[in-house]
Amino acid sequence: MATKTLLEAIREALAEEMRRDDRVFVLGEDVGKRGGVFRVTQGLIEEFGPHRVLDTPLAESLIVGVAIGAAAYGLLPVAEIQFADFIHPAMDQIINEAAKIRYRSNGRWSCPIVIRAPYGGGVHGALYHSQSVEALFYHVPGLKIVAPATPYDAKGLLKAAIRDPDPVLFFEHKKAYRSIRGEVPDEEYVLPIGKADIKRPGQDLTVITYGYNVHLCLEAAERLAREEGIEAEVIDLRTLLPIDRETIVASAKKTGRVMISHEDTKTGGIGAEIAAIVAEEALFYLDAPIVRVAPPDVHPMPFNPKLEAVFMPSVEQQYAAMRDLARY
Amino acid sequence: MTETTVTMPQLGESVVEGTIGQWLKAVGERVAKYEPLVEVITDKVNTEIPSPVSGVLQAILVKEGATVPVGTPIAVLAADAAEAAAEPQGADKAAGSAPQAAPAGASAPAGWGAPPPAAGAPTANPPAAGAGSEASPAAGAAFAAGDAPLPRGVYSPLVRRLAKEYGIDLRQVRGTGAGGRVTKRDVLAYVAQRGAAAPAAAWPAAAPAPPAGSAEPPPAGTLAATAGPPVSREPGDEVIAPDAIRRAIAQRMVQSKQTVPHAWTMVEVDVTSLVAWREQIKEEFRRREGVDLTYLPFFIKAVVESLKEFPRLNASWQDDGIVVKKRIHIGVAVGLDHGLVVPVIHDADRLSIAGLAQRLADLIGRARAGKLGLDDVQGGTITVNNTGAFGSVASYPIISPPQAAIVTMEAIVRRPVVVGDGIAIRSMMNVCLSFDHRVTDGLYVGRFLQSLRRRLESVGPGTALY
Amino acid sequence: MENRHAALGLSDQDVVAMYEKMLLTRLLDERAWVLNRLGKVNFLVSAQGHEAAQVGAAWALRPGVDWALPYYRDLGVALTLGSTARDYVLSLFAKAEDPYSGGRQMPSHWSSPPLKMFTGSSPVATQLPQATGVAYGIKLRGDDAVVYVSFGEGSASAGDAHEAMNFAGVHRLPVIFFCQNNRYAISVPQEKQMAVENVADRAAGYGFPGVVVDGMDPLAVYGAMKEAVARARRGEGPTLIEAKVYRYTPHSSDDDDRTYRARDEVEQWRERDGLPRWRDYLMGLGLLTEEADAALRQRLLAEVDAAVAYAEAAPDPEPEDLTRHVYAE
Repeated sequence: MATKTLLEAIREALAEEMRRDDRVFVLGEDVGKRGGVFRVTQGLIEEFGPHRVLDTPLAESLIVGVAIGAAAYGLLPVAEIQFADFIHPAMDQIINEAAKIRYRSNGRWSCPIVIRAPYGGGVHGALYHSQSVEALFYHVPGLKIVAPATPYDAKGLLKAAIRDPDPVLFFEHKKAYRSIRGEVPDEEYVLPIGKADIKRPGQDLTVITYGYNVHLCLEAAERLAREEGIEAEVIDLRTLLPIDRETIVASAKKTGRVMISHEDTKTGGIGAEIAAIVAEEALFYLDAPIVRVAPPDVHPMPFNPKLEAVFMPSVEQQYAAMRDLARY
Repeated sequence: MTETTVTMPQLGESVVEGTIGQWLKAVGERVAKYEPLVEVITDKVNTEIPSPVSGVLQAILVKEGATVPVGTPIAVLAADAAEAAAEPQGADKAAGSAPQAAPAGASAPAGWGAPPPAAGAPTANPPAAGAGSEASPAAGAAFAAGDAPLPRGVYSPLVRRLAKEYGIDLRQVRGTGAGGRVTKRDVLAYVAQRGAAAPAAAWPAAAPAPPAGSAEPPPAGTLAATAGPPVSREPGDEVIAPDAIRRAIAQRMVQSKQTVPHAWTMVEVDVTSLVAWREQIKEEFRRREGVDLTYLPFFIKAVVESLKEFPRLNASWQDDGIVVKKRIHIGVAVGLDHGLVVPVIHDADRLSIAGLAQRLADLIGRARAGKLGLDDVQGGTITVNNTGAFGSVASYPIISPPQAAIVTMEAIVRRPVVVGDGIAIRSMMNVCLSFDHRVTDGLYVGRFLQSLRRRLESVGPGTALY
Repeated sequence: MENRHAALGLSDQDVVAMYEKMLLTRLLDERAWVLNRLGKVNFLVSAQGHEAAQVGAAWALRPGVDWALPYYRDLGVALTLGSTARDYVLSLFAKAEDPYSGGRQMPSHWSSPPLKMFTGSSPVATQLPQATGVAYGIKLRGDDAVVYVSFGEGSASAGDAHEAMNFAGVHRLPVIFFCQNNRYAISVPQEKQMAVENVADRAAGYGFPGVVVDGMDPLAVYGAMKEAVARARRGEGPTLIEAKVYRYTPHSSDDDDRTYRARDEVEQWRERDGLPRWRDYLMGLGLLTEEADAALRQRLLAEVDAAVAYAEAAPDPEPEDLTRHVYAE
């Protein structure tokens, strides 16, 4: 066991999978010599060479298209999109191609690719280095979407993603890269895609969240327990698609009060889908309306630090929402 | 030779009709398979349609220049035998390549009984006030401070479900949620406290009840509270799952008997005059009012006036005192096939006998049709039961908490009675009364009954109906 | 008649076999139109006019060894690599047995793992970056194979085409970009599609050769492809081949080409139809007679008829099939 940052855990997962299976290779802008602009892939090119750690031209559609073709050939590509904000040129290759390869060939071809991207804000990234894009892909069958919050989860889930036979979008919160540390086992382990994790059990209310917000909600929950004696159950989704309906619904039925919290803006964020699931399957267990705690519908997020702070979720905000829900 | 029909094909996605341009063959002419037969014009393409078979053009069904929908027969060919056999008829594609709109199973499933609780859509208190319009630091905060509390009587789906399962009147439950809301915790606390011989028991809503015979098996353990020692199960014995009404009645009866000290008394009433008077006027009444004039309105009138004199019987034993109710709401027991309902005549003292007759007809009619609303069965302060309707001459009724009394009207029987020093045949009716002995004593009750009897015995031609 | 094929390493059997494939392509395509006008087939994309280029190009590939990402007009390529008339007609009728997609895709969206034909889609040019990905895999693994990817001159305008060719040039990937320039992208003529005369001229900008060939002459196409395949196998990288062809039919069964081009332009190009010219070539060399040609036609028509009969009778997919294969099962 050792303490690692989120970033180190991701790097380890990549290196270990590349050692384990020579079909695995990494491609993206600046992933090779530079080791990635966040240094996630640092050291890989020295160990695996420039063909398995490929510096691509500046062309996102190409990056994903190459990954799809290489996967068709039998390789296991892990493509990096430098910032989730730049994934948009690759939408066609992701939505019309990667997601549909298996379905459109009636199961005769598959697309076992991973697309990694740093996302999220609170790092003075302004409008084009702060976005959350998971909702844009949420609606597309055939894709899987993973957003781990802890180093332990990140390592285990990235391994699972690389071994998964279907295309996986793997979103890493850039603010968490270096600020979140956690225990990571030395032994080999893989975590299941599609399973949420109850980070903190409780019986008074349910908080469903993912990504960096998990840490905000956990801190708020601790304070709430200390100061008000309210015990919140905090569920880290880990996988956004396919979503773990079972865990969500069981918790909703247990507590009767559900709060969904994410950094992505509110309207059309995946919180809307979660709210619908809870309403469909647990309506008669709800003692209060379902609450979504999310930033307002503006473009994430301004460069000015004060405006950025208004936008970004905070521990206080989660705390207030959790307390009010418990008291409703 | 067999006939082959040629229909207007669908040429292109979203094309729904075509126009005949020019027939390239005449009736009686031979045409080979796949040889062009007719020119067709659509708004996407103009093209020639080939013949599907070799044969002779037998009939042209649509003339040049006419526009017909896709699928319309446009010609008939007499196909050469071998051809026709090979040609699968009706192989034309259906119009419209758009997929059928799949019926979304998204509408609320049938059978989700109770009307949607307003708790689900409280506009006064929008919970997720993280709306974009509020660019305050609290944007995203769930409940902005200062939101108006919900009106009373608005309950969450969970609370309603629990209330139904435990058979409690939510009006009796004190709420500790925001704005005085009744929460799940409040309901469960109430149920726990009720189980411990607490005097304040709630009057369960008897209706709207689930349809008769909705035999859902009782939630596990709910019958245990009302059940006594076990009975042997022998072949031929039948176990009937009590429906919700039955369960509710069982619960109420047990609760009443366990918490209220019942005392009982009875008086005989000579209603000869009442009987004669009613006999005289009932036809006219029926014609004028459109409803029957039974004995019940007279009885209720007498009860109401006696209660005004002896209000202690229109009361309730509570933990902070005997609450003597000012308004008089008479519950009238109505027997139905599947159970008992007790619709309430609110402010019965404000109604005349005719008014009472009308009100009774309405309530009893709706009770029998299963159309009583929640308001119709709540709020009774005393109950009247016409046990005489099924021939009883004496009954020992069970009080409905939180009321303090229940009075019955027994059968009217012609009997020989001592009048003066002689014997006369009189119409005699017993009136029975069970009362909560915490609230009052036999002396008071006796006087109430004397008052009641006097009023009933004096009903006659002078009695005002209106 | 001068023998132009021996020098390219093609035997007499080869060239007759090429003719067979071209003729089958044409007959199958014509039948698809008839089926559509009969209302039996909802949609088709036509290849008439492209046969010589497609068969000539595919003849230079090793089916099952080399990879192909053919675009939706490449009926001739699919048939040459090993797809059958029955395969194609099953896909026209979108039946369950359709080997390309089980009835999920429109016709001409080719797919065959054993033939190493990767599944294609409708958005144009997406196959180009994917082809370079396959080629990258080949190079990474050190395998001996090349990748054929085709597209129209319209697709050459898409960003994906540029990104793919750029990448292929950087890494000298074993991929052949085969552009079938039929002068129209649906109704948009070449002069509105590009400022240059030849798509192939762009290859220089990507660092590899661009070759223009007469797409109506299968030997010209074959020759260019053969050289490109050899280059790729030697590790010398990509080639962009532009075959000048003409599309005799509208873009698809939903198009009406009378709205954007003159009949006599079409007629002029008819005179250059590669199929009858190839027939003349064979007859001129004594490799084909009238009788043999007639017999061949009959045989191929019978093959087409049989394919139609089979496909019409074949079952549709089951309702439960709708939800299969979204994810791995």
